[in-house]
Amino acid sequence: MAKEVLIEFQNITKTFGAVVANNNVSMQIFQGEILSVLGENGCGKTTLMNMLAGIYYPDGGKILIRGKEAHIHSPKTAFSYRIGMIHQHFKLIDVFTAAENVVLGVKNGSKYNLKDVKKRIGEMCDRYGFHINPDKKIYEMSVSEKQTVEIIKVLYRGADILILDEPTAVLTPQEISKLFDVLRAMRNDGKSIIIITHKLNEVMEISDRVAVLRKGEHIGTVKTSETSEQALTEMMVGKKITLNIDRTKVENPADRLFVNGLNYTNSEHVKVLDNISFVARSGEILGIAGIAGSGQRELLEAIAGLQPLDSGEIIFHRPKKDLPVSFYHKTLKQVIELAAEGKFHYADGTPVDLSGKSKKEIRRLVNEEKILFNEDEIMNLRDKTPLQIRELGVRLSFVPEDRLGMGLVGNMDIIDNMMLRSYRKGNSILLNRKKPENLADQIVKGLEVVTPDLHTPVRRLSGGNVQKVLVGREISMAPKVLMAAYPVRGLDINSSYLIYNLLNKQKEEGVAVIFVGEDLDVLMGLCDRILVINSGRVTGIVDARTVTKEEVGLLMTKTDAGKEKRDEKENG
Amino acid sequence: MLVTFLIGAISLGTVLLYGCMGETLMEKSGHLNLGIPGIMCMGTAGGCLGIELYLKGLADPAAANWFLLILLSILFSILFSVSAGLIYGFLTVTLRCNQNITGLAITTFGSGLAQFVMDTYVTRKGFGAAGKLISRGFVNDPNANGVLRVFFSHGFFVYFAIILAVIFTFVLNRTRVGLHLRSVGENPATADADGVNVTAYKYGSILIGSAVAGFGGLFYIMDYLKGSWENASTIEAFGWLAIALVIFALWKPNYSIFGSILFGGLSIAAFVLKGSSTQKELLKLLPYIITVLVLVFTSIRKKRENQPPASLGLSYFREDR
Repeated sequence: MAKEVLIEFQNITKTFGAVVANNNVSMQIFQGEILSVLGENGCGKTTLMNMLAGIYYPDGGKILIRGKEAHIHSPKTAFSYRIGMIHQHFKLIDVFTAAENVVLGVKNGSKYNLKDVKKRIGEMCDRYGFHINPDKKIYEMSVSEKQTVEIIKVLYRGADILILDEPTAVLTPQEISKLFDVLRAMRNDGKSIIIITHKLNEVMEISDRVAVLRKGEHIGTVKTSETSEQALTEMMVGKKITLNIDRTKVENPADRLFVNGLNYTNSEHVKVLDNISFVARSGEILGIAGIAGSGQRELLEAIAGLQPLDSGEIIFHRPKKDLPVSFYHKTLKQVIELAAEGKFHYADGTPVDLSGKSKKEIRRLVNEEKILFNEDEIMNLRDKTPLQIRELGVRLSFVPEDRLGMGLVGNMDIIDNMMLRSYRKGNSILLNRKKPENLADQIVKGLEVVTPDLHTPVRRLSGGNVQKVLVGREISMAPKVLMAAYPVRGLDINSSYLIYNLLNKQKEEGVAVIFVGEDLDVLMGLCDRILVINSGRVTGIVDARTVTKEEVGLLMTKTDAGKEKRDEKENG
Repeated sequence: MLVTFLIGAISLGTVLLYGCMGETLMEKSGHLNLGIPGIMCMGTAGGCLGIELYLKGLADPAAANWFLLILLSILFSILFSVSAGLIYGFLTVTLRCNQNITGLAITTFGSGLAQFVMDTYVTRKGFGAAGKLISRGFVNDPNANGVLRVFFSHGFFVYFAIILAVIFTFVLNRTRVGLHLRSVGENPATADADGVNVTAYKYGSILIGSAVAGFGGLFYIMDYLKGSWENASTIEAFGWLAIALVIFALWKPNYSIFGSILFGGLSIAAFVLKGSSTQKELLKLLPYIITVLVLVFTSIRKKRENQPPASLGLSYFREDR
């Protein structure tokens, strides 16, 4: 079947700062086909398509449409080339009806008449097999209906080339099969459809051809009928690259954090965490691998006390060890009460008796770290706020994905950001600025943070330096559990290695490190074990030293449907 | 008694209706303008200055031409209120300043400037006669049928306000311009991506809204008070009430017609009803209490159509993502 070449990318290159999103990509899209663009997170597949949709403009190379060079500067220009993109986050106005959303911004000279619009929507529905009520308000719609409105919106503007960015991510299996029927009907009508995805089974089911991208480069385009999931996975993840990360042996691992059967369903009735269980051990880095949005964020936030859960337990286990009471942020009153219960002792083991001592004297004993105690060894952290967790004496550090949103306050300087963790310490009504200042100084010197001075707002620092400040602060807490979500995202190579080394050092000091990453090479080079999470479920916990990239890739991408097919193949 | 009360309610309500329509239009584009009281003051000063200039050239103020009087007052009122709106628009749309702070600054500035213009340049010579002319209605006989008097004894500005409210309702709900304006207030990023000129719609609604709001103050002085003037703070007070009325009317110009009459009635009830001065002062609070109750009820019902525009008060910058 000789098909006409509709779009041709010629040596397309796009960079964001130092990051190369697309490097010298050349590929073709035919008329009347469904093309899947497949790749891991951050491989540049969405960036490439955004250039076709007019969101970005390529730094180098050419886009040819029907053989002629096209300059697509805006979504509007893209529409003039009959290209429409349906983004992952819908751009719809909630209080408008479907019809109002469809007609928004369309200036075709005709009179504004919603009746005509509704009629045309009805015609499109009949032609491609959609179902939509044009008078329904968007806020009353399900995700699948909203997606339908987006597709109609693009078709109404006369698009012949539809780009769908991960269209199935939010749909149920029934909705996916309905969507696929619609897409097939559109293809048979002569439209070209591009689906950006990382779900292998869907690629096999729907597409005519598959273009695979890896780290910004076009690896190859193959006919779906001539390939297999196995072959695609290999193209997607590539050969293993050995990174020069100094991974030490795990010494004296002890079970530190037990996570048992975590379940969480969000407000859109999507099961974000589905029966997640694992154990994080001290002196070990546990990697978490998975496609973005598989529940990694919710999992870490649940452990950190920021995410309510439907069910499950998070048990922290601490070896018995004497700790100074000043560590636990207790008020004087609490200290006196606990002392009366006989919970404290001195370094030589004799119990503490505070009765008859003046407040000043007690405060002195606390501040000089004379009073020691150890609390219960096993604590359930579920449904505890971060503050409660801290008051329990659980040293849990969290380096969140959103550095300047959740981790640091952008407009405050390094010292003030240090105080976010320590402002409750001390008994004076005035803040103690000396200690945080010393700490900030140590971090800046120790981690080579590039900053004019300690009083520069952290948002003015570069991404790598912001991350150093955040990781430095979290590590300075001498944590027992350190969780880091995508700690090297957006960082250059040197900063990345500095962060890897810091994590490794924590591991050597006996910290249970949980590392959420996106680069499989890094996960396999840095971690000791890798937990693979897929749509909120744990699909495997593997030994990072022996596992292959393909195995992890398959665990990340396989769905139940795919698994059944493979099982059938193996059995038959 | 009832007839007088209703006429008064409609008349005073018109002051609020102008302010409310102006604010509604701006809020539909996502701009919470707390400068409405100041803009109403500016419109008053401008309108009065226009009348002053016209009357100065006449030997006998009673011989003034009705049409010219209205036209000049409207033109000068627009000149003043739109320039205040332009300052607000430049600060909040182009420079993306905080809307609340900008609005409050406009209010302080507007009432101050109005006070200055009225005290310095407006002698109000012949304003009584001009006021009588402007407030002349279809039925001017105080002994006419009560129903006729309630509906037809008002001056030009009352009917103009109601016609504008009807036009606004139609434009907002039935035309492409209205659809685009609402989309700008709901989700400017989406509107922008769909090819709506967000900045143009924001400026357009702010400038037209300012012009309309300015008529409120002009009407109060020239029609309701028939040309007398105390100070800018009375008009400022009506401006705040007009902003409350926007919420009461659920951002719908057609609802605001009836809301304004209710609010107008409640404002003059204190003078009509017998009671101690404390009771009268308490009565004046009623519009605000009702507004709070409306807010409570709409929040409980959570019907999305009755909520303020989703991006009200937020600046839009295309490159923010």
